[in-house]
Amino acid sequence: MALDRFFRRRRPQQQPGAEMPDLWTQCPRCKEGVYNRDLELSAHVCPRCGHHLRLDAGQRLAVLLDEGSFQRQSGRVWPVDPLAFEDTEPYPARLARAQQKTGRPDAVLTGSGTILGLPVTVAAMDFAFSGGSMGSVVGEEIARAAEHAAGAGTPFVLVAASGGARMQEGALSLMQMAKTTVALEGLAERGIPYVSILSDPTTGGVTASFATVADVIVAEPGALIGFAGPRVIQQTIRQHLPEGFQRSEFLLEHGMVDAVVDRREHRAYLRSLLGVLTRQPAPEVGA
Amino acid sequence: MSAPADTLRELEARLRDLEGTAQRTGQNLDAALAPLRAEVERLRGEGHARLTRWERVALARAPGRPTALDYVERLCTDFTELHGDRAYGDDPALIGGPARWGGVPVMLLMGQKGRDTKSKIRRRFGMSNPEGYRKAVRLMDLADRFGLPVVTLIDTPGAYPGIEAEERGQGWAIAESIQRMVRLRVPAVCVVIGEGGSGGALAIGVGNRVLVQENAWYSVISPEGAASIIWKDAAKAPEAAEALRLTAPDLLELGLVEEVVPEPLGGAHLDPDAAAAALGEAVSRHLAQLSALGPDELKAERSARFRALGSFREE
Repeated sequence: MALDRFFRRRRPQQQPGAEMPDLWTQCPRCKEGVYNRDLELSAHVCPRCGHHLRLDAGQRLAVLLDEGSFQRQSGRVWPVDPLAFEDTEPYPARLARAQQKTGRPDAVLTGSGTILGLPVTVAAMDFAFSGGSMGSVVGEEIARAAEHAAGAGTPFVLVAASGGARMQEGALSLMQMAKTTVALEGLAERGIPYVSILSDPTTGGVTASFATVADVIVAEPGALIGFAGPRVIQQTIRQHLPEGFQRSEFLLEHGMVDAVVDRREHRAYLRSLLGVLTRQPAPEVGA
Repeated sequence: MSAPADTLRELEARLRDLEGTAQRTGQNLDAALAPLRAEVERLRGEGHARLTRWERVALARAPGRPTALDYVERLCTDFTELHGDRAYGDDPALIGGPARWGGVPVMLLMGQKGRDTKSKIRRRFGMSNPEGYRKAVRLMDLADRFGLPVVTLIDTPGAYPGIEAEERGQGWAIAESIQRMVRLRVPAVCVVIGEGGSGGALAIGVGNRVLVQENAWYSVISPEGAASIIWKDAAKAPEAAEALRLTAPDLLELGLVEEVVPEPLGGAHLDPDAAAAALGEAVSRHLAQLSALGPDELKAERSARFRALGSFREE
């Protein structure tokens, strides 16, 4: 017992987060320190408490796709400043910072790849870029990805992670909700499946457009998903929000998502679901 | 009231007097009145151009501004309001039904605000619950079935942010309404007649033509919402209104609307009949133009219109 405690003391949760060595990540929920290598092996799900840590778009596709199968399509479309928007700082300065931080032109990464051998077109939103907010570029890249899927005849898998439409592009951002929906029509017309995975958080204009018009909607455990943000609702009704309000499990209970699926199961879940929807023969056992 | 506006009111009063005199006496004063008329027109134009964005937002919300039903009373016959989403309830903030618009059979979908305190509360100040958007989907099904062009009048600060709205899938309902509108095989003409707040407005805003009244606003978020995000202070809404570029002239310049529908000087609330006449004419004209297109063309044209929206550069 004493020995056990001795070792436990040495676990990194005892250290302040800022001094946490690069080898470790502290789980935001249980505060346990987890080896980054172990986190990667567990799809960035805390092995102790099951908390699903937020992923950037690159990590997301690494979790979802067969290793080495990804071929990027996004990246040539760059945001501009159509409103000359300035609040506490000019929009271009915000963009430059987010671009430097993420190494991406904007808050989405799209391309093609395979999931357990099944070819798919994918789009992953990047919450690390300006809260995954949707402006013209996010709308355009998602529209192009949907059109690529329709052209290639491959199922489209989209992972949402977004605070909603991007304020700094005003009504242009709003119109991306309609634009993406238009592009997704090609899939519906050709009978090509579209699955959306809602991750933490998915709110606002993303929830009210492409993320929820999917054929199948999957939510990650514990994700915040809704239209209005909890703070806005609280200000409006001036009441405490119920426990678990707007979380994935709440939405499953209210019939809004098809399933809450642990991230470690996503590949198997999608392979099996998409295999049936595209009427492909089941993969060989062991293949 | 600013000095030019005072001048304008004086001139307008004098013009009315002289016109009255001309009518009573049977004298033709047209030649004599022409310079005065021209000056009045010039000042009217100036007056509108000088409004700040925040002043236009105030006009969009002005007490007594015509609501959708005020326009229906003036412009439509045979309006039959159809209620309910057939699943949960009826939303009084988003209403609709078949009617004749200037004699032409259409399906109306409208954001409706109350006209007095009691009805304002009942209609949740124009903020819809999911049932409103699901009713819109149902009425669009009817429009397609019976070949009725869809006319929408948008007037909402945004979808209602409430617990029940979220439980019943507010985001889902808006997304389905957008999608249903994309799929319409009949003409769709949308007009923002007051407030065009966010997804709750776009839900009935996916038209072949999108128009905006001169003093209406349309954006991704309300000025107050933007101000509380940016400055953590809703009182900075005037600054946010400037930054968002949400007025009718802005929207025209950004290429997001086809036309600005003129309002009487000082706003639609000062002369609802004149505002209605301009609205009626604009919608009828666009409906007439669209009537030449077939169902596939209408869907394709609408899709192409929205697919092209966005501002970016490509390397």
